[in-house]
Amino acid sequence: MTGSAARTVPGTPPGLKLVKPKPILELRNVGISYMVRAGELKVVPNVSLTLHEGEALGLVGESGCGKSTLAYAIMRYLGGSGRLSGGQILFEGRDMGKMSDAELRSIRGSRMAMVYQDPMSSLNPTISIGRQLMEVPIVHSGATEAEARARALTMLAEVKLPDPETLFDRYPHQLSGGQQQRVVIAMALMAEPSLLVMDEPTTGLDVTVEAAVLDLVATLRRKHNTAIVFISHNLGTVVRICDRIGVMYAGELVEEGPITEVFRDPSHPYTRGLLNAIPSLNADKRNSPLTAIPGQVPPILARPKGCVFAPRCIYVEPGRCTARPIETQFYGETGLHRVKCVRTRELPRHARPTAANANQAPQAEETGRPMLQIGGLEKAYHQSAGMFGGGGYEVHAVDGIDLEAGRGTTLAIVGESGCGKSTFAKVLTGIEQSTGGTVQLGGTEIGKTPVEARDAGTKRAIQMVFQNPDSTLNPSHSIGYVLSRAIRKLRGISARAARDETEALLKTVNLPTEFANRKPRQLSGGQKQRVAIARALAGEPELILADEPVSALDVSVQAAIINLLVDIQQKRGSTMLFISHDLSVVRYLADHVAVMYLGKVMEFGKVRDVFAPPYHPYTEALMSAVPIADPDVKRERIILEGAIPSPTERPKGCPFATRCHRKIGPICDEQVPPEQRTEGGHRIACHIPLEELKAVERFAF
Amino acid sequence: MTATIARPARPNFARRTWMRVRLLKESPIGMVGAFLVAFWVLVAVFAPWIAPHDPNESNMDALIDPTPTAVNWLGTDNQGRDILSRIVWGSRTVLAVAPLAVLIAYTLGCLLGLIAGYYRGWIDQVINRISDIILSFPAIILYIIVIMRLGPSAMNVIMAVVFIATPQIVRIVRGMTLELREQDYVSAAKMRGETAFYIMLTEILPNARGPLIVDACLRMGYTTITIGVLGFLGLGLPPPDPDWGGMVKDTYAMMTIYPHMSLFPAIAISSLVVGFSLLADGIREISLRD
Repeated sequence: MTGSAARTVPGTPPGLKLVKPKPILELRNVGISYMVRAGELKVVPNVSLTLHEGEALGLVGESGCGKSTLAYAIMRYLGGSGRLSGGQILFEGRDMGKMSDAELRSIRGSRMAMVYQDPMSSLNPTISIGRQLMEVPIVHSGATEAEARARALTMLAEVKLPDPETLFDRYPHQLSGGQQQRVVIAMALMAEPSLLVMDEPTTGLDVTVEAAVLDLVATLRRKHNTAIVFISHNLGTVVRICDRIGVMYAGELVEEGPITEVFRDPSHPYTRGLLNAIPSLNADKRNSPLTAIPGQVPPILARPKGCVFAPRCIYVEPGRCTARPIETQFYGETGLHRVKCVRTRELPRHARPTAANANQAPQAEETGRPMLQIGGLEKAYHQSAGMFGGGGYEVHAVDGIDLEAGRGTTLAIVGESGCGKSTFAKVLTGIEQSTGGTVQLGGTEIGKTPVEARDAGTKRAIQMVFQNPDSTLNPSHSIGYVLSRAIRKLRGISARAARDETEALLKTVNLPTEFANRKPRQLSGGQKQRVAIARALAGEPELILADEPVSALDVSVQAAIINLLVDIQQKRGSTMLFISHDLSVVRYLADHVAVMYLGKVMEFGKVRDVFAPPYHPYTEALMSAVPIADPDVKRERIILEGAIPSPTERPKGCPFATRCHRKIGPICDEQVPPEQRTEGGHRIACHIPLEELKAVERFAF
Repeated sequence: MTATIARPARPNFARRTWMRVRLLKESPIGMVGAFLVAFWVLVAVFAPWIAPHDPNESNMDALIDPTPTAVNWLGTDNQGRDILSRIVWGSRTVLAVAPLAVLIAYTLGCLLGLIAGYYRGWIDQVINRISDIILSFPAIILYIIVIMRLGPSAMNVIMAVVFIATPQIVRIVRGMTLELREQDYVSAAKMRGETAFYIMLTEILPNARGPLIVDACLRMGYTTITIGVLGFLGLGLPPPDPDWGGMVKDTYAMMTIYPHMSLFPAIAISSLVVGFSLLADGIREISLRD
């Protein structure tokens, strides 16, 4: 089998290859530890894997499972306190552990390269993009200035950046996030490395930009035959890029194999847990709750002796699972699927929702009396022209939106960053004031009243759950103080009564009452978000604003928080405004959906109507961009070119005209599109007739 | 369901503070600093018992040979006064004036910095411009102007230090407030109807405490130097009360013959300053960990 290392078409599952391609990277019983004050922390005890030429391996798992540590170990870039405590890392057949610093330097950036999550921190803000790219060939292959320049320009064109010549002299801050990430990828590929390590490369990007970057990575990988280690917490993105997937849990590789095999027949209970936690194609809040994985990743020093997943596993069998470390065994027919579970063969086969029964979109609840009515809402910021304020112009962040939400229903707002959805929420909270139009909450106008001037009833009626679990709670205050203060302030009751209420609230969000004494830093992200929800509930609000409440959390935790929100809403009958960019969550949770773009509502309707044709072209693009964690769902992807125009250069006609893939002609640029309505209250702002939009293929969701 | 879970007792304030102080053990540098500062604090507190002589009593016999002897351990000064006793008593001046000045400057600085950073707008402009004006003068010239105008006394030294230090503290606090006011917990507080005063003092200020404690510690050191400098320029405490800077000033002309007269008080000043800055380093080192 060893024979000649012939090149096969990359991207085909390795099991089908006739000639075994040569391994690029081999990890043999690799152990990684960090030296800390408490002693040696074995972050990764023992991982073995092989990556062949041109192959892409996705590493998934919750945060704190050692994915990034493994990636840094591959680069031999563990920092001062980290070290390789055992095993070997072979890169192109050479032992990385035995290499000198000089050898490592010559390999990094030329034979192997890394792409990080935040492109801004990977680029030097004081050097032009072109120069930064030129450094790679100059340093690694001693190219001349002219050669390096030519090479940099080709590479910029290859990552599909418009007008490479102009871009060459630009500085990183003059580019959008998506463009920056493309430059970083270009830089990583400059020296044609045989291995590319990508650590959450698309996490900070919008779905549409993410889709474009992922497509680019897939194309370049085929072209350059680069092997990729792709770390992500999003199973959908892994499906798009990789042909193999490794699932990591508490420092161990618990399951690894070809992507289709692992997804069709996930055999480790943890893999199943991760897959179940994603809102599946046919589920919605009324027919099935999401399945969260109970508990959380154990701290390194408290890892169990036997199977690391045993404490959270529903299939655990005391004794067999918990006595001794679990051996890796092969599973399935191809012999490429490995799993670390003693009960693999006894478990019931994983039932996977299929696209076939997915066409039943959820039914929206009938709208009750409107709780929130928004008419022609505008929010403009004054941008002063110069230092002394004279002149200046208005920037419309929210530009005339009409929406309503019925009592006890959920209205979801989706759109890319910069579409005005957060500004809209700020106007509702009273932290910002509207500059036009009306906002009525239960019949009271609140749009122009700042929060300080609102009466107690209104303050109590609107509460908010914020996005970032780390900034939502004051690090100096205990959880008990946070909650009792909110209860006292909003309901005006005594400190003593508030204390009992605090315990009741903690119970509502499924947290133990002892948490009252803890400080936020002692809580995990999901727990902090629960406290934030409890705080929002303190005044028994009628309207809960949730601004991306789960986007910073791991999928397993996400599911639990979404269940909690659904549960609370059903019990209390409060109205919820759910701001999100995650369309699968929106489809699961919402009754009505508004799609926003550049401060305008492009489409609004019941969730069933919005997730079915006719789609607004922008909605269509958004949906096509969502990575679906199912290798069997194939979909046409619409790649939107360019970024959202700045609100200062708002197009005269349809705001989406500059990027629209269905643009019909000059009318789009010149005239504001009419709002086309269907019988169910479904509105689409587009020049294309509804009949034509209806003909579009339906996306499975 | 009726059974309530007993809450574990929260450690009281004194205990929590002690636990924090014990953290300093982790930093050897911080321990040295804490030791030096604690030494001078104890000296100041127990001055009447420690000082072997009356600090202002002149011993004319000692003027024949003012160098250290068994009676005057650190020797006597140009007026025959016991240097050790003067240093011991002098520590009281420094350790009363410096903390008081820093405390007042911090109270004012935090308040103005919070207001400027939280409200922004015109009030921020006013506070900032005034700070700029004060900061644009060389500090030493300002001290001289203030003290010359008001006359040398402990109270006036404190006022001068407050006048100079406050704008610097305003700068720091304002910068941190600008950042902290954008946190979601501040929005949450606004949404439940908290007053601006509550938000500034309870939601924002406690989260700025880390860098402020370090800065306060360093500032105590600077203030110690300042008091020394003012004393040296004759703008410190009016004689005859012992004052470290003044002791150096009175005797530096005799440096070549009797170096001990100015050397010992100088050592006292620098050991306290070094103590404060090492302590600040230690606190910073510990707060950066975990």
